[in-house]
Amino acid sequence: MPRRTMIEAIRDAMDVSMERDDKVVVFGEDVGFFGGVFRVTHGLQAKYGKSRCFDAPINESGIVGSAIGMAAYGLKPCVEIQFADYMYPAYDQLTQEAARLRYRSNGDFTCPIVVRMPTGGGIFGGQTHSQSPEALFTHVSGLKTVVPSNPHDAKGLLIAAIEDPDPVIFLEPKRLYNGPFDGHHDRPVTPWSKHELGEVADGHYTVPLGKAAIRRAGAAVTVLAYGTMVYVAQAAAEETGVDAEIIDLRTLLPLDLDTIVASVKKTGRCVVVHEATLTSGFGAELSALVQENCFYHLEAPVARVAGWDTPYPHAQEWEYFPGPARVGRALLETLEA
Amino acid sequence: MADAGMLRFHVPEPEVRPGGTPDFSNVTIAEAGSVPRPDIDVDPRTIRDMAFSIIRVLNRNGEAVGPWAGLLSSEELLEGLRNMMTLRTFDARMQMAQRQGKTSFYMQHLGEEAVSCAFRKALAPGDMNFPTYRQAGLLIADGYPMVTMMNQIYSNEADPLKGRQLPIMYSSKEHGFFSISGNLATQYIQAVGWAMASAISNDSRIAAAWIGDGSTAESDFHSALVFASTYKAPVVLNVVNNQWAISTFQGIARGGSGTFAARGLGFGIPSLRVDGNDYLAVHAVAKWAATRARDNLGPTLVEYVTYRAGAHSSSDDPSAYRPKTESDAWPLGDPIVRLKNHLIKLGVWSDERHAQAEAEILDTVIAAQKEAESHGTLHAGGKPSTREMFEGVFAEMPPHLRRQRQQAGV
Repeated sequence: MPRRTMIEAIRDAMDVSMERDDKVVVFGEDVGFFGGVFRVTHGLQAKYGKSRCFDAPINESGIVGSAIGMAAYGLKPCVEIQFADYMYPAYDQLTQEAARLRYRSNGDFTCPIVVRMPTGGGIFGGQTHSQSPEALFTHVSGLKTVVPSNPHDAKGLLIAAIEDPDPVIFLEPKRLYNGPFDGHHDRPVTPWSKHELGEVADGHYTVPLGKAAIRRAGAAVTVLAYGTMVYVAQAAAEETGVDAEIIDLRTLLPLDLDTIVASVKKTGRCVVVHEATLTSGFGAELSALVQENCFYHLEAPVARVAGWDTPYPHAQEWEYFPGPARVGRALLETLEA
Repeated sequence: MADAGMLRFHVPEPEVRPGGTPDFSNVTIAEAGSVPRPDIDVDPRTIRDMAFSIIRVLNRNGEAVGPWAGLLSSEELLEGLRNMMTLRTFDARMQMAQRQGKTSFYMQHLGEEAVSCAFRKALAPGDMNFPTYRQAGLLIADGYPMVTMMNQIYSNEADPLKGRQLPIMYSSKEHGFFSISGNLATQYIQAVGWAMASAISNDSRIAAAWIGDGSTAESDFHSALVFASTYKAPVVLNVVNNQWAISTFQGIARGGSGTFAARGLGFGIPSLRVDGNDYLAVHAVAKWAATRARDNLGPTLVEYVTYRAGAHSSSDDPSAYRPKTESDAWPLGDPIVRLKNHLIKLGVWSDERHAQAEAEILDTVIAAQKEAESHGTLHAGGKPSTREMFEGVFAEMPPHLRRQRQQAGV
């Protein structure tokens, strides 16, 4: 099976979707002729023409707002916000319009859009190239939120998102674009070509939204993670020797609660890991759900490892980013609790 | 001369406040028939002055004059009059229903009836409006059932939106009326996107965007103009300048610093200004702009100069911020009276027939109201099922919503 980077896998998902359905259109800043600042849309304009893949003015609200109008017409726009850090001007359109259109019109109008945005840190991106705003989407009724962690899932989830009848926020951890990253910034990065999850089938396949994947089976503690933190958690488990069961959530909303609950009932312990800041982050929702659903099976408090409650700093990148050492400590503390 | 080095902060104020004498002497009004009618493929640079004038057809004597006249037959004008009268009667009844506690909220169109009623007649079936909350004339003029509108206002068991939406936030794809949102200006850029989609699909349908003077200050107004201009989208960009945004006069959105129409010029968009209380002028300009869009010539920005004669909403009291008699002093008059006088001048209408029509329309509206109230009002009679509260968030209900619906006991 061919191996692809996450960039190539996401591009392939759009290629496959545009080939199958001429209602799929792709646009955003630098997305057209140039093929995107991360090369994710490279070649799509040449293949499908300017009316299917085109450059947009630098206006996030305009990109999402016009996509909503296109969706109301009957197209299926898959648009890009250059960095998740720049989605805020579009937040009104995403939360009050895209998310609510089906509900408020009782299905008279719907909004099958996908909004792709590179997310996450670990790249010396500083304040506005590193944020993880997923909790700002999961709190909005009417939006689905997806965060893939590898090329195979990225392609399958993106095709599923494009085919989904409702708006989907598709957060792409840019740290994972070229290879998995476990937080060991002092070691060379393995490219996806050397990783089994870099195997991406040609043609059409989907990974269903709302289904988690168990990346490492274990008996001692359940780790709930997504995006880059999946690899950090794996490294932490290997390095501490803790027999952790690592769940890659893949979709944050709708959430695969069944997989989570089954695992925590088995292990009796749970550590939640995300890059985003701690307070009111998605980890708080996960922790509350585990506590509500697994209270009598818990042997220890649910722990959270997250970004600190500060803006994302530049020079202090590795003191901020929740690396394997911090996650490993949380695993050991949870076992000892 | 101001003192050098000492800055002063400027906050615009309306000419007159409550207790004062209304004064519209600053409103420059072109004579009816005086503004030329350019070809639809005109170079926008050659008609820049049209963004600063006012296209008018009906003169003081009730005659239709000038190059924008002559598009509508007497029958079409009589239908337009009836639609405006229906909207006004509908408004009055619903305003009263709100006062009687049958609904929580209402917003009237008083004085602005010509804008939406005449515009609708310039569109073709399949075109899509992206209205604000003050364009219900688009529905009335398209024959959307008044009972259905009232059912929505009452949030009753027959409400097509199942009680989820605030009164007057209608939605009808079938009637080319996009779902209304409470968030101002959002639909302006969505209209442009819809128009872009029509062009991408090599369709022949066009979109119409709607916004008020106050909301032009929102950033989505700018977004819409950039996108419409960049992609030459087949959209008519409507700005209804009724002078007021709740209590805020149009100067706070920096009207008067030019015109709202003039804002299109910087984007290279042909921009016209029209008498919003002149049914014939509104229709003629709308038709011009719609034809441009349909002929792939791109967007047109149209400012309708009108006056919000009523309160902003059923929760508002305008006497707290503007003179009570200000609407009487409005120099462009009342759209219904002006069309009525024109039809009388044409010899196809009379005061007697007008009075008769008023009575007939009132009967029709009351009959619709009775039928709607048989399905319930906000606090009495039939109401939408509580289960409906959980439906339609997504196409398919996800597990967490199913759990919550169970918890709610429905």
